[in-house]
Amino acid sequence: MDLLIANNVAKRYTNHLALNDVSISVPTGSIYGLLGPNGAGKTTLIRIINRITAPDTGQVLFDSCPMQADDILRIGYLPEERGLYKKMKVGEQALYLARLKGMSRHDAMTQLKIWFAKFEIQAWWNRKVEELSKGMAQKVQFIVTILHKPKLLIFDEPFSGFDPVNVNLLKQEILNMKAQGSTIIFSTHNMASVEELCDSIALINKSKVIVEGKLDEVRRQHGDNIVEVAFRGDPAELQQALHGEYTLLRQKEQNGIHKASIKITEQKPANHLLQQLLPRVEIVGFNEIIPSMNDIFIKLVS
Amino acid sequence: MNKIFLIIERELLTRVKKKSFIITTILVPLLFAALMVVPVLIQGVKDDERKTIAVVDQSGLAEKALQNSDNFTFVFMPHAALDSLKQNFSRSNLYAVAAIGDLNEKKQPAIDLYAFKQPNMDVQRYIERGFKDAVEQHKLESYHIQGLDTIIASIKTDVRLKTFIWGDDGQEKATNTGLYMGISYALSFMIYIFIFMFGSMVMRGVIEEKSSRIIEVIVSSVKPFQLMMGKIIGIASVGLLQFVIWIALTLGVATVLQGVISDPASIENITQIMPVGDSISSIFSMLGSISYTAVILSFLLYFLFGYLLYASMFAAIGSAVESEADTQQLIIPVTIPLIIGIFLMLHTFQYPDSSLSFWGSIIPFTSPMVMMARIPFGVPLWQVALSLSLLLITFIGIAWVAGKIYRTGILMYGKKPTLKEMLKWINYKN
Repeated sequence: MDLLIANNVAKRYTNHLALNDVSISVPTGSIYGLLGPNGAGKTTLIRIINRITAPDTGQVLFDSCPMQADDILRIGYLPEERGLYKKMKVGEQALYLARLKGMSRHDAMTQLKIWFAKFEIQAWWNRKVEELSKGMAQKVQFIVTILHKPKLLIFDEPFSGFDPVNVNLLKQEILNMKAQGSTIIFSTHNMASVEELCDSIALINKSKVIVEGKLDEVRRQHGDNIVEVAFRGDPAELQQALHGEYTLLRQKEQNGIHKASIKITEQKPANHLLQQLLPRVEIVGFNEIIPSMNDIFIKLVS
Repeated sequence: MNKIFLIIERELLTRVKKKSFIITTILVPLLFAALMVVPVLIQGVKDDERKTIAVVDQSGLAEKALQNSDNFTFVFMPHAALDSLKQNFSRSNLYAVAAIGDLNEKKQPAIDLYAFKQPNMDVQRYIERGFKDAVEQHKLESYHIQGLDTIIASIKTDVRLKTFIWGDDGQEKATNTGLYMGISYALSFMIYIFIFMFGSMVMRGVIEEKSSRIIEVIVSSVKPFQLMMGKIIGIASVGLLQFVIWIALTLGVATVLQGVISDPASIENITQIMPVGDSISSIFSMLGSISYTAVILSFLLYFLFGYLLYASMFAAIGSAVESEADTQQLIIPVTIPLIIGIFLMLHTFQYPDSSLSFWGSIIPFTSPMVMMARIPFGVPLWQVALSLSLLLITFIGIAWVAGKIYRTGILMYGKKPTLKEMLKWINYKN
């Protein structure tokens, strides 16, 4: 089941095409990474999902139905460029933003009390936003984004401006929300957090989706079919075992253990290699090298 | 729909709760009242120090001309030399020295007044008036005509014109064109100031939302047009609330003043102080001849509709920039019609029924200022209705266009757009 499906979405601005026939499917209850270099069209796609702008062609389905105006009440959006009214008090402002998302005053108040306590920021309730630091204001924004328990959450660079302690706190909350059934679209340039959090990803480059799928599958697909063999013994034996059938990419030695990176192919799979090696060297480790998202990103985009 | 009320509520409350709002709302009427009352009171306070003035006379008229009064004592020293008076001035308690020359061929005396400090106006006027009367008397006597004084007195004439207007109810009301002109000018100017003030408040609000980057959060909850209209209506409520408080306070102050003034003793005081042609009671009856309900009602309507029209344009401009400093050029197309309105008004408050005034009060962009200048003189209802409807229709059209510019503008960062680019945004699909 996919909570959100974009079908062939295109959007043109006066002198450039922001989105070119973009289709994505966000599985219900997953964390979906929306990746891409600056200017690739991520923000435009997010704005279309939020109904801030309309696509020129294509369609967005939310919960299997074409998106309606009221669906935005079931979305929580934390934009990359975010701010608050500087002169307004924190509590008052959080209440206002929550009510704009359709919460009743009473509900909003109850939920805000809970979240302010959870984030230990009750003392800020009556302070003006201009007195808060950037990180403090971001916490308030995060709370306001998730307060109405939306089915779909969209976070654009949620961790920017946070210290590592608070990044952890936020990650925990994001995982909690996933556990409670929320679907999360997560846009970031931080590939480490993508690997840590995301179930699926889409990589957008130059207005097009160039890769979409489950994170593990994407990583494996973009692997270069390299295995790393760790062994004790004579590296010359290894060379012989390879028979010239396999390419040795790298080899290094550390504390008597050799590590060799070897390219495998479909005709010559890993098992076959292992069979060749077993009689000759003492194998202490054998694993497939899966490229990091960072490597994949750089490889596909540049 | 519920959300637009939330926006209106926020726009209204955040402004009304500000100290500056409370202060201006309460202080402005008091300040106006003070501006009217204080000068009258201050004029009543006279310099009560007795001043002694030495007079060196060569005309022979001084003793007749300069009578001692409560404030002035004149010491006549026909033979004293000016130099010695000057030298002894600081030791004497003289206020000034008046040197009166001989009458010239036109039988006018030259009067020089000497002192170490600038003598005040009262002294100068008192001496001038005394000599004027004395010289005139002297000239009259030189004709040697019996009973000339009484003849002169009997031919002195004071012509004074009073204006009345016939009301539809058959009553006639005493009026005063000067008073009407004053009120007309004031109303028109106030409309201009308030449209400008509250319109730019909308613009600043839009810029604040854009530059603080809260805008994207809000437009993911409400439609940009709702946000724009909510802001415009919210600030209109601030203005209307302020006017209602001002009107109530002014009525309160006026009632108190009337209570004081109806006391005959104080009327006498005021008429003594104010050198007015008409008596106070007739001024009050003339003020009563203006239909305040009509004036107040039209003021509120023209403010509201005129503000709505201009505020939409201000909002569109605010949406295109990231700081107030960037608005200077873009704002010109908005300020020009406002200023034309004020220029037309300078004609209208003198010629309220000219064709220029008529068209100025019908054409939407200038009508709030020009029509308000016409209102005190009386305007046919159909003209007011036509002008208000045109204003409202224009507002709807402009708001639609402004909304299109606004929804594109608020999400545009970076280069400041030109007016031409902003007009292109109208056709954007988003």
